[in-house]
Amino acid sequence: MSLIPGSDSTIFQVFNLVLYVFFIGFIFYGQKLQMYIMIREVENSLHKLRITKDEGRKIALDTINEIGKPTTDPSARVDRCLDYFTIGPQGMDPQGIVYKLDHILDVRDDRLKEEVRLLAPQVINDEVQINNLENTLEAAMALNYIYKVVRHYYIQGRKTMSLYVIMQLQMILPMVMKEAEAYASALKAFAYGQPIGDSIGPLIASKLMYGQEVRKVPKDCVVATVPFEGRTALVLKAEGPGGNVGKPGDAIEAVIEEQQGKLACLIMIDAGLKLEGEMVGEVSEGIGSAIGGPGVDAFKIEEKITKYKIRNYAIIVKEDIGDAVSPMRKEINDAADKVIERVRDMVKERTKEGDTVLIVGVGNSIGVGQ
Amino acid sequence: MTSQTQTKTTNNKISSYLMLIILIVVALAVVALFLAVQTFIEGGSDNQLAAIMLAGIGLIALAIAGFLIHQSRKQAAEVKLEIPKVMTIIECQNKGCNNKTIREFQRGDYVFKELDVTCPKCNGRQMITAAYKEIREKEKTYAV
Ligand SMILES: [Zn+2]
Repeated sequence: MSLIPGSDSTIFQVFNLVLYVFFIGFIFYGQKLQMYIMIREVENSLHKLRITKDEGRKIALDTINEIGKPTTDPSARVDRCLDYFTIGPQGMDPQGIVYKLDHILDVRDDRLKEEVRLLAPQVINDEVQINNLENTLEAAMALNYIYKVVRHYYIQGRKTMSLYVIMQLQMILPMVMKEAEAYASALKAFAYGQPIGDSIGPLIASKLMYGQEVRKVPKDCVVATVPFEGRTALVLKAEGPGGNVGKPGDAIEAVIEEQQGKLACLIMIDAGLKLEGEMVGEVSEGIGSAIGGPGVDAFKIEEKITKYKIRNYAIIVKEDIGDAVSPMRKEINDAADKVIERVRDMVKERTKEGDTVLIVGVGNSIGVGQ
Repeated sequence: MTSQTQTKTTNNKISSYLMLIILIVVALAVVALFLAVQTFIEGGSDNQLAAIMLAGIGLIALAIAGFLIHQSRKQAAEVKLEIPKVMTIIECQNKGCNNKTIREFQRGDYVFKELDVTCPKCNGRQMITAAYKEIREKEKTYAV
């Protein structure tokens, strides 16, 4: 009965017994120990999330105080905003759900803007600052929400002492933390009005339309008519330099109708999520509607281009979620000229002289003028 | 070139369950090490082997205890939010001048903004042509 050779004294036997007890104990309580280690890990992340969230709230408040010069203390109203929620449309009968969602998103956007106007009376008519503040508040809202959800599952896990609840949370935590970090850096960018990775689309559009006359199209977008390689290019982007994605779906619809569908092609330029291993700022080409968001814009664009049988090409600049919402990286900025070259080639190869093409720079136009 | 925000907390209480396990492990380790020394003094090749095994068990147990304590104290580690500086690139609009200025981003800057300040070299109009951050540390790559 001895684990150790040549040792039969009583003290060794006691030691062996303790070892066995410990070993058998681990069979029953090993999982629990594992769970405690997991809980600890989640706790650490939750702690980090709390600090990030508080920091986010602080940045939002500071920015509002600095720019908006509110007459009363804005913290109560900001806290109310942070808890703001949106209920999506009922999908039991999906017929017409896109327009319901569209309406809900419009109302949400308007409501947030009204809220910001109340918070910042100083810049009530400055659309740029209002947009930037709204974006800042939205990033703080996202951080607040992430923290609350993680905390919910953490407490639920501790209450039920279920390995599986804790395990699920622990498994997705690295991705959640990455997203939270992205929003934390987004906050600073929005507060200062710095271009973010997602602004690459509008930046390219601005470069194409530079020096041409610009007119507004609904909603919150601008379009310019640019002579381009013997063709006429209609270049469209969200109106900058405030934080604004506009509604490219509506704008593209309007422009296509204006041209009565006589467009040789539609080229959409956007920031695309890169896979791990791909380089930041890589440019790649494809077809389809390159536009993110809840799908409302993509739906409207697809409806229109199908109606008129317009070919739609897409060019994306690769970046990860963190790069997309944090201040623009040099690599992404440098990709702009490469994309313009691709557009040039595309237009030359796939359209005839005298054709009209529509080029859309999709994304948040923060920090990018026109 | 990076600004850092550091926050420290003193929240490092260890759950009693974990503490109990750590205590048992440490106690076992101490007993094992004690026995190792005792066996080694007794001498003999058999005893020497036993001493080495006991010492091994003791050290592993101590390592486990250390790991558990480390795990639970990790929370006290500081949380850092690193924000790299964003630079604004200003270029002179005069053809043939190409004067380029780089400065830190200021509130109100945006790409394609025409500045009131004229070019120091030729008094031409100046415009912001880019605003970006540069990340110096290389991302870890995995050769596949
Ligand atoms: Zn000059």
